[in-house]
Amino acid sequence: MRNLWIFISRYNAFFLFIIFFLIGIYLTVKNNAYQRSVTLNSTNEVVGTAYERFNVFKRYLNLGKVNDSLAAENAKLKTTLLALTTVDSAMDVKVIDTTTNQQYTYIAAKVVKNSVTLRNNVMTVNKGTLDGLEPGMAVISPQQGVVGFIRDVSAHLATIQSLLHKDTKISVNIKRNNALGSLVWGDNNFDIRKAFIKEVPNHIKMNVGDTVVTSGLGKFPAGILVGRLSRTNIATNDNFLSAELNLFNDFSTLQYVYVIKNKLAKEQELLENPVKPKE
Amino acid sequence: MGFYDLSTPFIYVLFLLLLPFGIPNILLYLLAFGTGLTLDAFYDTMGVHATACVVLAFVRISFISISLNKDAIDDPEPALSYMGFQWFALYSFLCISTHHLVLFFLETFRLTEIGYTLMRCGISCIFTLGLILLVEFIFYKRTSR
Repeated sequence: MRNLWIFISRYNAFFLFIIFFLIGIYLTVKNNAYQRSVTLNSTNEVVGTAYERFNVFKRYLNLGKVNDSLAAENAKLKTTLLALTTVDSAMDVKVIDTTTNQQYTYIAAKVVKNSVTLRNNVMTVNKGTLDGLEPGMAVISPQQGVVGFIRDVSAHLATIQSLLHKDTKISVNIKRNNALGSLVWGDNNFDIRKAFIKEVPNHIKMNVGDTVVTSGLGKFPAGILVGRLSRTNIATNDNFLSAELNLFNDFSTLQYVYVIKNKLAKEQELLENPVKPKE
Repeated sequence: MGFYDLSTPFIYVLFLLLLPFGIPNILLYLLAFGTGLTLDAFYDTMGVHATACVVLAFVRISFISISLNKDAIDDPEPALSYMGFQWFALYSFLCISTHHLVLFFLETFRLTEIGYTLMRCGISCIFTLGLILLVEFIFYKRTSR
């Protein structure tokens, strides 16, 4: 026993290394495998506040650009308004009130922390459970394009697992022929303006320039613009086609995002995975 | 063609590199683990930096015990101005490269992207090493040598 203690204390550097290394690996793997219930991330009060403080300065520097995008959005809304008001109201049309049973509602949130340089990018926004956010909700960008999914939520903050993450997979359509595929990022190309559409069946014909939209099969509503194909028919070792696309939204300049609240999400989940009655 | 999006320097390892020679191993490991966890909290990568820092601490201990005679060390800390360029460059290169290797492989967590990971690791390693040598030259104490 004495010899054992002498042995351990002589090589204490190695044994301590093993202990700490295993703790580190354990944390990493746990964080990868489960939908992390770890509190030490950027939804944490201290870290979150630090990022929010820093963001006040950054927001000021980007005022010009945000102004421009707001103006563009305004113009778009005005055009639609014009189109709505100039409808000939003398005609006898039956008006269906769709606002009361609207399936999707949008919650605007400000990005307080963003990253695009890592392999797995996560951003933080300033809305949380108090504003109705829940893990798993889809997030889109105000101009065009998908952003990702809500990951962790605290009272006032939430993290978003962006498209630029190895676990993010979004069901998309090629608009021209409704072919189904899944959108992923980072397949030996880590340009933040490019992504890949995979698992497209072999008989589908894809052209460069085809528009890609969300399919509506996942958490995103159908028809949200994603990008335009830039390279088609990439050889893969499975029986499906792949293509590269240019994303419409720029993750590096993201300032505001819209979180999509699906009113029927719970109902759909219950219907698809019914709770089995106990015998 | 740019490498800017591939390289991310992690200057914070200099703190672990410059801890004094006399520091007990357990304290060194605790400091390394704590530093890593702090980084992880801000990067949302639980455990990745902590593990990399612990590996760095192990390499540091091993390299110092192999290259220097423990009883004859009369310098306070392994800084460039005490140890000379050659020793310090090798020391920091070994520590940084193992740290970055562990860091990027744990971050990617799959072997299918090995080429990309290695390239990212190599370029970041050069970037970090350059910056660390630069910092050390700026705070060079001429009288000590």
